[in-house]
Amino acid sequence: MKITTSLLSVAVLLSSTALASADTLRWARAGDSLTLDPHAQNEGPTTALNHQIMEPLVHRDHEGTIVGALATEWTPSEDDPNVWIFKLREGVTFHDGAAFDSSDVKFSLDRAMTEDSDFKELLASVAEVRAPDAYTIEIVTDGPNPIMPNNLTNMFIMDQEWAEANNAVKVQDYEGGEDTFAAKNANGTGPYKVVSREPDVKTVLALNENYWGKDEFPLEVTEIIYTPIQNAATRVAALLSGEVDFIQDVPVQDLERVASTDGLDVRTAPQNRVIFFGMNVGDEDLANDSVEGANPLADVRVREAMNLAINRDAIKQVVMRGQSAPAGMIAPPFVNGWDEAMDASSSTDLEKAKTLMGEAGYGDGFSIQLDCPNDRYINDEAICQAAVGMLAQIGVNVNLDAKPKAQHFPLLSNLETDFYMLGWGVPTYDSEYIFNFLVHGRDDKYGSWNATRYTNDDLNDKIQSLASNTDLEARDADIAAIWQVVQDEKIYIPIHHQVLNWGMKSGVDTVVEAEDSPKIKYFKLN
Amino acid sequence: MLAFVIRRVLQSILVLLVVGLVAFSMFRFVGDPVDNMLGQERTQADIERLRSQLGLDQPFAVQYFKFLQGAAQGNFGVSYRQGRPVSDILMERAPATLELAAVSGFLAISIGIALGVFTAIRRNGFTANAIMSVSLIGVSLPTFLIGILLIYLFSVELGWLPSFGRGETVIIGGWSTGFLTESGLKALILPSITLGLYQMTLIMRLVRSEMLEVLRQDYIRFARARGLRDRAVNFRHALKNTLVPVITVTGLQLGSIIAFAIITETVFQWPGVGLLFINAIQFVDIPVMAAYLMLISVMFVAINLIVDLLYFAIDPRLRVDRTAAH
Repeated sequence: MKITTSLLSVAVLLSSTALASADTLRWARAGDSLTLDPHAQNEGPTTALNHQIMEPLVHRDHEGTIVGALATEWTPSEDDPNVWIFKLREGVTFHDGAAFDSSDVKFSLDRAMTEDSDFKELLASVAEVRAPDAYTIEIVTDGPNPIMPNNLTNMFIMDQEWAEANNAVKVQDYEGGEDTFAAKNANGTGPYKVVSREPDVKTVLALNENYWGKDEFPLEVTEIIYTPIQNAATRVAALLSGEVDFIQDVPVQDLERVASTDGLDVRTAPQNRVIFFGMNVGDEDLANDSVEGANPLADVRVREAMNLAINRDAIKQVVMRGQSAPAGMIAPPFVNGWDEAMDASSSTDLEKAKTLMGEAGYGDGFSIQLDCPNDRYINDEAICQAAVGMLAQIGVNVNLDAKPKAQHFPLLSNLETDFYMLGWGVPTYDSEYIFNFLVHGRDDKYGSWNATRYTNDDLNDKIQSLASNTDLEARDADIAAIWQVVQDEKIYIPIHHQVLNWGMKSGVDTVVEAEDSPKIKYFKLN
Repeated sequence: MLAFVIRRVLQSILVLLVVGLVAFSMFRFVGDPVDNMLGQERTQADIERLRSQLGLDQPFAVQYFKFLQGAAQGNFGVSYRQGRPVSDILMERAPATLELAAVSGFLAISIGIALGVFTAIRRNGFTANAIMSVSLIGVSLPTFLIGILLIYLFSVELGWLPSFGRGETVIIGGWSTGFLTESGLKALILPSITLGLYQMTLIMRLVRSEMLEVLRQDYIRFARARGLRDRAVNFRHALKNTLVPVITVTGLQLGSIIAFAIITETVFQWPGVGLLFINAIQFVDIPVMAAYLMLISVMFVAINLIVDLLYFAIDPRLRVDRTAAH
């Protein structure tokens, strides 16, 4: 028995190594990475490409669990609750051969906390990073931070000597007019190294033969050719004609075409992104409605009626062609604090909705403007159009104003909208992140995406205390209590959770990652 | 002549300044770049800081003046999207667009004139009528649809030609060319047909109607009466005299081939300045948008100037008129 299993594993090993020779994965998605500078842009495609080249201390494996990358162990210090201790992996080298140690980690985290870094908010609670010895890092926070590792999953480590030698100590600078070396070059510890990069054209990566994890991961792809193809029809055509092997965003209308083609597969999984409407509940009067001198959205009965008028199943079937999961709360299912009952709580009940409208004194309805992006989420404008019809049934006449994202999102940051669409992903997989940005009243530090004008001092205090509550059970209870308030107040109308569709050549074997950030080292080819 | 050129150059500079002013007054309607530049985790304070760092909180006239100051010193600023100097990015992207435009322009002019002459001479032939009918497609179908149809036919169904990109390129002295590799040449075929089709049909129809006009003139009849061969009559006498309006239109069309390569480049993921501009608009990358618009207006102004000068060369009557008027 033992002999057969070991023989089998040898055979498997042999076949996999035979396949692994010069296996190229041609990978396309809509957008290119904006820069190789690991701290300059906190943006999906940029982070996804950087994950192949560089590594953080910890990251999520392709099933979403936090695993060690450059750190092997991490734990809060026993002496001081404000300190997290990370033990670093030994014997790791950067692509240029330089050794990796704690000075690189300290350098990189300090760099990620500078003003021009896009990641500094994730490290906002960090007071100091210390490197007591070559393979230990201590992260000192203002108060205890129970979810520090969750904030580090995209915090890449770069080589200090390389950065100093190449004038890349500063994060990308828009003022100077100087080309920052790190925008087009990288020296990471990751499984693939940069062979060539032409921004917006093509990036070629090759397997890092000295990768520390070469015995732990499949690493069957030995070369990656990454091409952005913006136009959805062209991207699908490139997959159909066999010019690329893997595309990350198959448009919903082309799913069947791809799935029914011989030699191609579509893999689908829920994404870490929820789509919802927000409402201005705080102002005395609204600028963009038909009611003079009052704010209909300030009445919770009106908000509940609007919630009841949305038929999420119809949106799923008609607008999304089955590719969405109706939502009852604004947290994706992976997130700590997500509650099955709450997420299933939304229902459609027009009679009740009309009664509520009548009770609130809006039996004859009112009209309001809905602001919606048209190039940000899957079928965003079509979802809004569907909602217009649904809300009309309870007398809410919606004027839809759909705009490109570059014009839509400033309406939220400048508080110029009363009714808007927003989508939210939760990179930390913890509800605190949602509360900080969407529920806490807006001030300099919190609530920067909360355009509802909602603010509740009790709730704000509770949200702020989450950051340093190390008693995880009590913390979870607080999170549940905050969610209950959010659900009762109905300041948001949840629509659905987005679904990811990856299209690939049959034989490419991977799990679809909820973050939409493939890690090619886990890919298998057969 | 010299006075004319100097006057035109001065006018051109004025046109450029006005184009820039209009462009800068429009930028704030395109959106706010700050939201794209900062990640999801930005705070209200970050937004204010970056806005003032980039000077976006200042009136557009001030922003425009700063841009002009930089541009006069050859510094177009740093792309908000890529974090690299705009002039480097434009230099990288220009060869792709210029090669595509050159091939499309060549196809449009050569095939357009040839078919135009053919359809004019064989005015009632079956082939000529068939060409005229088919050419309606080129005039009426939108570029992106032609592009997608070509991709579907030649890439997906037949598998002959690539659906996207430039193929392999060779870099010679900072200029990346696709002319020297097989995949580069193959990649040029579909985009250049897509981009040139409209111009080709336009030139063809123009040449045909001008030619028909000329063929009715007395001197053509006299030429025939003199017993000259058809070839001499059609090409030496008729074609030459149809070319003046054709050159005007072709010159302006060449400009628009470059300027309107945007759509073709998006469909074929052609890494030229058009695609760069589309991305810049989506990201509200003001330095790239400003530099691109200035570049395109410089180009149009230059083409107009060249066309004006060509008139002098081709049509001797203009020279007489000018000197008489002044």
